[in-house]
Amino acid sequence: MTVTGTDGARPGPRTLFQKVWDGHVVRAATADTPAVLYVDLHLVHEVTSPQAFALLRERGLRVRRPDRTVATMDHSTPTTPLAPGARAVIQDPQAAAQVRALSENCAASDIPLYPLGHERQGIVHVISPELGLTRPGLTIVCGDSHTSTHGAFGALAFGIGTSEVGHVLATQCLLAWPPKTLAIAVRGRLAAGVTAKDLVLAIIARIGVGGATGHVIEYRGEAVRALTMEERMTVCNMSIEAGGRAGMVAPDETTFEYLQGRPFAPAGADWEAAVEGWRALVTDEGAAFDREVTLEGAEVEPMITWGTNPGASIPIHGVVPEPAGDAAIARALTYMGLAPGERLLGRRVDVAFIGSCTNGRLSDLRAAATVFAGRRVAEGVRALVVPGSQQVKKQAEAEGLDRVFREAGAEWREPGCSMCIAMNGDRLEPGRYAVSTSNRNFEGRQGPGGRTLLASPLTAAAAAVTGRVTDARELMR
Amino acid sequence: MERFRVLTGRTVVLPMDDVDTDQIIPARFLKGTTRAGLGQGLFADRRYAADGSPRPDFPLNRPEAAGAPVLVTGRNFGCGSSREHAVWALADQGFRACVGPSFADIFRGNALKNGLLPVAVPADVHARLAAAAGATVTIDLEQEEIALADGTRARFTVDPFARHCLLEGIDELDFLRGQEAAIAAWESQHEHGRTMGGRR
Repeated sequence: MTVTGTDGARPGPRTLFQKVWDGHVVRAATADTPAVLYVDLHLVHEVTSPQAFALLRERGLRVRRPDRTVATMDHSTPTTPLAPGARAVIQDPQAAAQVRALSENCAASDIPLYPLGHERQGIVHVISPELGLTRPGLTIVCGDSHTSTHGAFGALAFGIGTSEVGHVLATQCLLAWPPKTLAIAVRGRLAAGVTAKDLVLAIIARIGVGGATGHVIEYRGEAVRALTMEERMTVCNMSIEAGGRAGMVAPDETTFEYLQGRPFAPAGADWEAAVEGWRALVTDEGAAFDREVTLEGAEVEPMITWGTNPGASIPIHGVVPEPAGDAAIARALTYMGLAPGERLLGRRVDVAFIGSCTNGRLSDLRAAATVFAGRRVAEGVRALVVPGSQQVKKQAEAEGLDRVFREAGAEWREPGCSMCIAMNGDRLEPGRYAVSTSNRNFEGRQGPGGRTLLASPLTAAAAAVTGRVTDARELMR
Repeated sequence: MERFRVLTGRTVVLPMDDVDTDQIIPARFLKGTTRAGLGQGLFADRRYAADGSPRPDFPLNRPEAAGAPVLVTGRNFGCGSSREHAVWALADQGFRACVGPSFADIFRGNALKNGLLPVAVPADVHARLAAAAGATVTIDLEQEEIALADGTRARFTVDPFARHCLLEGIDELDFLRGQEAAIAAWESQHEHGRTMGGRR
């Protein structure tokens, strides 16, 4: 691996990434050793942490900074609807043991935990921004690749493996080589009916599933500036699907407005001081990126995937590609049961899944509700609406969105990762087609043999009510 | 950490590009709390039919794959989920090196921390490896060189720190713990008594 940058406060114009990186270097990288990078916030969930806690126990180490660690339960927890006041019961003994291990580990180390049933529980990448824990300029890690979500706030946030979870628990630091930088600029504006999900799918289609490997992405340009925080989170969330471990958006008034008043956001005089500091977290004029890519916002169309990785997407009116000798395309078409040259539009679907750390926030549910309102889920289709957190659920219910979904015949479920990763029993059956607002269409991701078409909440809701792949814009006229 | 210097052994070839960690180990195998036994879930949905019987055409199920320590992979191997279980499953199966055109970032880092060496080779070398499943190769980490059965030799590079740790059997956590004084000094300069939301 080559060292592509220098550590420590460097002279001259810097990118947003470089500013955040420089601000966290405990020990600079040398030719032979990576940098020691300080971690401000370590998010923990039940699936990728038990072996890390076990490692600390084996070595007689304590959690160095439980006050910089926050845990929740999301991946293997049930999302089955509950009667008011009822408590969730985990039927799967393995999942129950994993969740119990997290409770015990957090209790033993004094780590704040938002457990199943807590009013702040939810998908880790949904609750941390909600709580105001995710803030500009922080370094944030989690044993989960979608940690890139938090970059929407101008934080440097990336997923790590369980060994590194152990490193951070024990030392609050990571060993890291400076990554390269990739600017993705989106000019102009997105058209009406085109969402942040469509934008990020178009970006991945453009640069490929390995296109950002080794890079931290900065999303820039007028179309990105115009996105809400929740939309920016959708875009940054899927940075990893292009191979980029992190994606960032420079903080601005949209960011500050989102954060102000949240439980852990600075308050009073601290708030003013924090905002002043955050305003400096922009890429300086003249700062160089290792690579730059530009897209025209107006050219982005509603996107949907046809294949078995998130780069395999087409505009919703497009056609499935010909393999033309490419074995990977041929294999993907066989798995997906699709023919070359086929249109996806009009294809029958079995499931619509609305939720996940990509699209399980309030604005996603509002968008879906505009399609469900006054309509019925099509005969033979199962529609799951899974809020990203207890807070999203509560707010959605306060707005009556749950009623819209239920009256349409959709399932209004408890928060969690649910059918995005299918660890908790929410599973797509073999051979079935799901239009999903989640982030991965890998073979078997939503259940062995299941066939996933990734799309926006609008497109997923349109599929739910028509029973077919549909351009949601046609329902909204 | 076990030392890694020279590895000689047979290859199993799985040449598809963009093999994600959901393929390497499906999520339903991630519900345990230990690292043990994950080899059972390795490539489970490709390796076994729905009734649990092995698919004879899957490379890992061929008789010559038994005990082979080198997995020849396609481009961008290990993309997607950060699950270290993918590396644990490969190691549990007996793999000690993956050789391919490129690896996803998180997978590569996880592999290096578990004594599974990711070896990135040029396209022509990869093509020779992919065409000779079951051939014996020698991977020399000290020299950063791979020798193929047909006499081809190729250089590769590994992150110098990870290489040092593997050659000497040094654990990265021990190295990090050795930085304690610098970490404490950094904290005292940067923290101003703030916490993230938990108790101190």
